[in-house]
Amino acid sequence: MAEVQFRFRDDEPVADPGVTVDAFGEQTNAAAVRIEPGDDARDLLPHLDRIRLVEVNFPVFGDGRGYSAARILREAGYAGELRAVGEVLIDQLAYMRRCGFDAFAPEAALDPADADAAFGRYGEVYQPTVDGRAPIWAKRHGIAANG
Amino acid sequence: MYKYDQYDQAMVDARVEEFRDQVRRRLDGSLAEEAFRPLRLMNGLYLQLHAYMLRVAVPYGTLNSVQMRALGDIADKYDRGYGHFTTRQNIQYNWIKLEEAPDLLADLAKVEMHAIQTSGNCIRNTTSDQFAGAAADEVIDPRPYAELIRQWSTFHPEFSFLPRKFKMAVIASSTDRAAMRLHDIGIEIVRNAAGEIGAAFYVGGGMGRTPMIAPCINAFVPIDQMITYSEACLRVYNRYGRRDNKYKARIKILVHELGKDEYTRQVEEEFAHLLTQGIEPPLAELERIQAHFADPAFETGLSDAIDRTDPDFALWVDRNTHPHKQPGYAIVSISLKPVGGIPGDASADQIRVMGDLALRYSFDELRVTHTQNIVLPHVKQADLYALWQVLQANDLAAANIDRIGDIIACPGLDYCTLANARSIPVAQKISERMAAKEQEIGELKLKISGCINACGHHHAGHIGILGVDRKGVENYQLLLGGCEGADTSLGQITGPGFDEDGIVGAVERATDFYLAQRADGERFLDTYRRIGMAPFKEAIYG
Ligand code: SF4
Repeated sequence: MAEVQFRFRDDEPVADPGVTVDAFGEQTNAAAVRIEPGDDARDLLPHLDRIRLVEVNFPVFGDGRGYSAARILREAGYAGELRAVGEVLIDQLAYMRRCGFDAFAPEAALDPADADAAFGRYGEVYQPTVDGRAPIWAKRHGIAANG
Repeated sequence: MYKYDQYDQAMVDARVEEFRDQVRRRLDGSLAEEAFRPLRLMNGLYLQLHAYMLRVAVPYGTLNSVQMRALGDIADKYDRGYGHFTTRQNIQYNWIKLEEAPDLLADLAKVEMHAIQTSGNCIRNTTSDQFAGAAADEVIDPRPYAELIRQWSTFHPEFSFLPRKFKMAVIASSTDRAAMRLHDIGIEIVRNAAGEIGAAFYVGGGMGRTPMIAPCINAFVPIDQMITYSEACLRVYNRYGRRDNKYKARIKILVHELGKDEYTRQVEEEFAHLLTQGIEPPLAELERIQAHFADPAFETGLSDAIDRTDPDFALWVDRNTHPHKQPGYAIVSISLKPVGGIPGDASADQIRVMGDLALRYSFDELRVTHTQNIVLPHVKQADLYALWQVLQANDLAAANIDRIGDIIACPGLDYCTLANARSIPVAQKISERMAAKEQEIGELKLKISGCINACGHHHAGHIGILGVDRKGVENYQLLLGGCEGADTSLGQITGPGFDEDGIVGAVERATDFYLAQRADGERFLDTYRRIGMAPFKEAIYG
């Protein structure tokens, strides 16, 4: 399993490997689950209180289903670790962060300086998401950020 | 017209720096071509047959003179002195060097322009009615809604790796001039019986391999929920659109396979959830944008009368001007289709001249049309003659809007790596052959694509031409009866294809047959719809 290279949380990382979404419903003691692109993240919603780690796999970077999965979990109030794994590349980092990912375990380690630049590239954003950043329209009209 | 504030400017500036960094990593080898490809595509940079092609976004086709002049200068500085206006209301440059692309983007950013999301599997540049804000028949100016969508869709974090590209169009007139129902999402801004503004959503249209006309999935989304509804449409698509086969990955296939009702049900369910998420910009933001699109200071009390003694001028007025909502003004279409020319091409000088004319005669505004022409939306009738003289002097006065010479053609095999056949030489030959009969034939929309991807909208042409590969030889299929607009229909293939000269002859036989058959006042399309394919087929192959 690839190392977690970037993590934006203070709690202790969960060491257990994630079980599949299918297996998760039955394994009542599991705290880590792994979502593949074809899985429905909403299947996890009844169990959110016992999940501490969700890995979302990107087998190829061009398959963007994991972005929706991440947002859906955060929108439902999931507060545990949300880790992007698989083909996670520099230029996807900022999008992933905005969709609620707070840990990144790229298959191939990324250049830390390039990654840093990517995380901080856009000082402004047009859309509100689950990351709590105030969108441009909120700043224009003096509206407090949601979430 | 919309003007950037510091936030909009910060976004495009950050994008230039990001792209500069990506190009640096590509050139030093730390970024592999496979990973660079989707990034450059999201900046509109394609690798073509001979060089890079850069596609610049012209949001909803609207430009001011400074921007237009800058596009001319870019043609000189980075290209070979030409620009190519496209069916997406954009402009493309065909001879770009990768190393210079970041500087080109920086030049664009200086005039509030960019190439963001003009390609790639993301939400593309939003298109609109080229007569917006000037046409008498619109409910309201659609461009503020398109601008709201532009901002929402720019760097949308969830929808930048969709199954396939995603095109949206916004109109606000029942006379659909933007082929709205042939988009992934077409939005018609409407007013309900209570006088409220809302958005009718048409989802799952498109051309390409499997052309489909978008069904209406919701006839009235309240305007202060339009973005949330769009987000719901996209989320269902991002999650369930097919990713196993790129030819089945567009949303039209999802809507078709699920069925309109099931797709709609899923969207409504997601919509109900997203309404709790506070993602909709406030109405104050729409109003802020709308203020940018207020009418220019039209003079009142002007007459519509003009001196028509010069017959060439009179012909041009009849063909290339359209009624304006304000008495004493006209909407002018500048044809980029001179006889034998390359459809949509303009030289750097011509681009600058059009920019200057907009400043002088059209309240500093131009539009790019999906038919690859340029519109000056607000010209005083009294200025038309002077304007026309300048156009004449610059080879921009072809009087053929919506005539057979006003051909839409994609770049085809002369530039495009996906092409099966050349489009441009066919367009040139047809334009030359048909020029003498052009006025007699009347309205006839002819559209040519160099492959099944249909960038030349051949399905929607009264006459459509599709380039195919037949055992390694370029071959052209002929289609009849396509139409965009309120009565959208898809063209039908006549029969076996033709070689390059053969297709020109076939078009001529079809139009000759129409001339012989037409009843009073009938356009080509009307005659075809009345008598059907069989007699045309006989005339073409007989
Ligand atoms: S229709 Fe085909 S040949 Fe023409 S531009 Fe599109 S992809 Fe290229």
